Amino acid sequence: MNAPLRRLAAMTLVMSLLLMGSVTWIQFFQAGRLNNDPRNVRTLYREFGNARGPIVVAGAAVASSVPVDDSFGYQRQYADGPLWSSVTGFYGITGRTGLEQSTNSYLTGKSDQLFFSRVRDLLTGGSPQGASVETTLLPAAQKAAIDALGDQQGAVVAIEPSTGKILALVSTPGFDPNQLASHDTAAASAYYQQLLAADGNPLRTKAYQDIYAPGSTFKLVVATAALQAGTYTADSTLPAPTSLALPGTSATIGNFGGGGCGSNPITLADALRVSCNTAFAQLGMDLGETALHDQAAKFGFDDANLAIPMSVATSRFPSGLTQAQVAQSSIGQYSVTASPLQMAMVTASIANGGTLMKPYLVDTVRAADLSVVSTTSPQVYSQPMSAGTASTLTSMMLGVVTGGSGKAAQIPGVQVAGKSGTAEVPNNAPNAWFTAFAPADSPKVAVAVLVLHGGNLNDEATGGKVAAPIAKAVMQAVLGR
Amino acid sequence: MATVAPTRVRGGRGLGVLLLVLALLVGLAAYALVGIGFAGTVPADVAEYGLGMAVLSFGAWAVVRWRAPDADPVILPTVVALNGIGLAMIYRLDLSYEARGRAHGFADKQLAWTAISMVLAMLLLIVLRDHRTLRRYTYTAMVASLLLLLMPLVPGIGHTVNGAQIWVRIGPAGLQPAELAKITLAVFFAGYLVTNRDTLALAGRSVLGLRLPRARDLGPIIVVWAASLAVLVLQSDLGTSLLLFGLFVAMLYLATERVSWVLIGLTLFAGGAAVVATVVPHVRARFDVWLHAMDDDVFNRAVGGSGQLVRGLFGMASGGLFGTGWGEGRPYLVPYAESDFIVASLGEELGLTGLLAILVLVTILVHRGMRAAIGVRDGFGKLLAGGLAFLIALQVFVVVGGVTRLIPLTGLTTPFLAYGGSSLLANWLIVALLLRISDDARRPAPAMRATAPTPDGGIPSVVGGPSLVPAEQGRDDQHGDDQPTQALGRVR
Repeated sequence: MNAPLRRLAAMTLVMSLLLMGSVTWIQFFQAGRLNNDPRNVRTLYREFGNARGPIVVAGAAVASSVPVDDSFGYQRQYADGPLWSSVTGFYGITGRTGLEQSTNSYLTGKSDQLFFSRVRDLLTGGSPQGASVETTLLPAAQKAAIDALGDQQGAVVAIEPSTGKILALVSTPGFDPNQLASHDTAAASAYYQQLLAADGNPLRTKAYQDIYAPGSTFKLVVATAALQAGTYTADSTLPAPTSLALPGTSATIGNFGGGGCGSNPITLADALRVSCNTAFAQLGMDLGETALHDQAAKFGFDDANLAIPMSVATSRFPSGLTQAQVAQSSIGQYSVTASPLQMAMVTASIANGGTLMKPYLVDTVRAADLSVVSTTSPQVYSQPMSAGTASTLTSMMLGVVTGGSGKAAQIPGVQVAGKSGTAEVPNNAPNAWFTAFAPADSPKVAVAVLVLHGGNLNDEATGGKVAAPIAKAVMQAVLGR
Repeated sequence: MATVAPTRVRGGRGLGVLLLVLALLVGLAAYALVGIGFAGTVPADVAEYGLGMAVLSFGAWAVVRWRAPDADPVILPTVVALNGIGLAMIYRLDLSYEARGRAHGFADKQLAWTAISMVLAMLLLIVLRDHRTLRRYTYTAMVASLLLLLMPLVPGIGHTVNGAQIWVRIGPAGLQPAELAKITLAVFFAGYLVTNRDTLALAGRSVLGLRLPRARDLGPIIVVWAASLAVLVLQSDLGTSLLLFGLFVAMLYLATERVSWVLIGLTLFAGGAAVVATVVPHVRARFDVWLHAMDDDVFNRAVGGSGQLVRGLFGMASGGLFGTGWGEGRPYLVPYAESDFIVASLGEELGLTGLLAILVLVTILVHRGMRAAIGVRDGFGKLLAGGLAFLIALQVFVVVGGVTRLIPLTGLTTPFLAYGGSSLLANWLIVALLLRISDDARRPAPAMRATAPTPDGGIPSVVGGPSLVPAEQGRDDQHGDDQPTQALGRVR
């Protein structure tokens, strides 16, 4: 009976080896995937148990972890939480968003770049500490933006055109991250449910997570395409009828208020200044879908990989359009959509002489021992236009603020270049846009403002009336005036 | 004469002591580390605990030296180490349960059961001077098995826990009689098969190169097997059914050396599993959980979902290569971390390395059992030791395989590690039987002791000589073919 015994013994050995294999599979090969599973509360516990790095704005921590005497060990605290929640997001038992999510590997100290400090912690027995994330934000600009928006729903993005640094990023209504970070799970999740149900979707950061019809601010893109084509100048004349019949349909495009554009034909500069729909619709059809699409893509439309480092909702310029749809798209309607960040990028590239810098929020990452882990250096994102085109557009946009739809953005003693937009929304008051930069001769800030559903003015709202004053306040805050 | 003294291999008695000390240290260090990891200090009663375990273990060692002096010296230390690791983990989980206001006190009970099991196992070793005595009780064992398996169904003492009606409650003590039935069934199978192996192996028609057994030879054994499986399906205890089934097939194969048995067994099992899986909803759910464990809807299913399984995987994953260390992880997040999922708990805190070490210990134990089976001379002992060793291997395979998603999860305890008095007792009794059989297997043949070496110093000529085979052995061993092989094997 020894032969079958030996075979049975061999079989038990095979069974042992199978077990060792499956244990190795789980604990080694699958470990990373299992540890990153969002349902795995251990990862959360482990992170909570370590000192998470702070998020810093202008030298002051806006999010920090303080030791507490409960089962988690550390409590995440947000100074002035609602002011910064659009950027920080929150870090709690229900999850994490914003910078808390996208820079999580730094904040927890788990990034590969922090490998050596982890090894040191291991050897010296020190408890692991997360790195601090220092942002590019300017507190004055952020405060001005949130104050100017008030209780209106909307978003503000301000960028330093020469670098791409994001100076302000606000979305209203916001939320209090402290309540979401509470270790009282029931309270935190009740607040979370309340936010989910709330009007205006406070958990979504409209500045970069949502896309909207850009309305007339998109005329900047069309004007850029026209000037870049080489066949148009600021003084080129365009037909500007009261109403433009759309080819192949019975629909027409009219101008705001239903009238003409002051003259017919009209120069490109004046068409932008008075935001003449019919002229731009015709211009768009003349340029064609491909030219508009390519120009929009250079500004960042249709880039699904854009991240600041939070990933940005992809702005879209549709393709496969009929001429009628091209006409509607040219005035920022139909299915053209853009995030407020995207419109700020358009303006920033005009302000920066035609060079679009990649927008970013994280300036420096510092390990717990204050050594610099990484510093973001400004990067060119694209070259959407020539310097000449940029300068032509600048003077056209100056006209918008001095004598057009953007007079509310005027700042005494500073040349402001801007463009308003009022995007129709089905069954609701229009969304008001304004995008601008200043000073026009050496731009320090480019800003895009979106006020949803007319803000305080409801149906009376236009970009010039509702959004331009907010843009002005933010630019003033950056310029210190 | 006497120029060459036959050397007796006494199997490293000193080695046994050394290993036992090491095994005790493993358990004791684990206990101390739990205290350090959890509370920052060594548990206050570490000395008492160490002393108690040392008294028990060396008491057991002394009994083995007294009653089974030739027994394999590796078996006892291996089991003491596994038991100590299990105790430390249960104590560690107790601390967490207590801190969270959950039911606790498992460690004290497990410690008491360890003591009881070791004492009873040693009593068995003392009382049972020769394992062949058990063969007399072949049919008694059969009846006992059936009674044990039926006990939980008896109103009044039967008791249902988590849907499985596998408990009996007599006074304050709860027992899972099926654990003990493993042993009595192994005894019955061994006794029955050793008597009938020739008929089972040789009679019957050959179909497609496979010799099929005759129906009437199959009769009694199929009846017992079907009865045990039926009872277990009625009691919803899949793990034990699988275990007993595996034991049955393995022992049939050992007895008959015929692959046809394995094939018939596997076919029966596959067919049975398929039928059960389609008919019984909670078995179907187990398969569903196994195949789609990571799906959100399966994970979140309130009853019969994969939550426990996947949480166990999360725990093991967070342990990674080296584990969090004793008391530093969160194994208590997994339901039944102290019993069904103790492997996941150990994986989390001891890491892949620790878990592999534990699996190696189990493998050593199984192979020492197999070695005893190969070494022992009588067919009954071979079948019993082989069956029991395979039982341990299969039980570990089913549990660890289930927890790591190699096979569908069934509720079984990990031998020596998991919380559970019945399981501990049954496995210690198995150890006593393996020690007893290994003692017989390693005892130098009386024939050799009695006979001078042949002049050429080669194989003693006694092997074939019936007159020199001890009467006792000749009576018991019905299969002479084993004898020469063994005699040859014993010349070292």
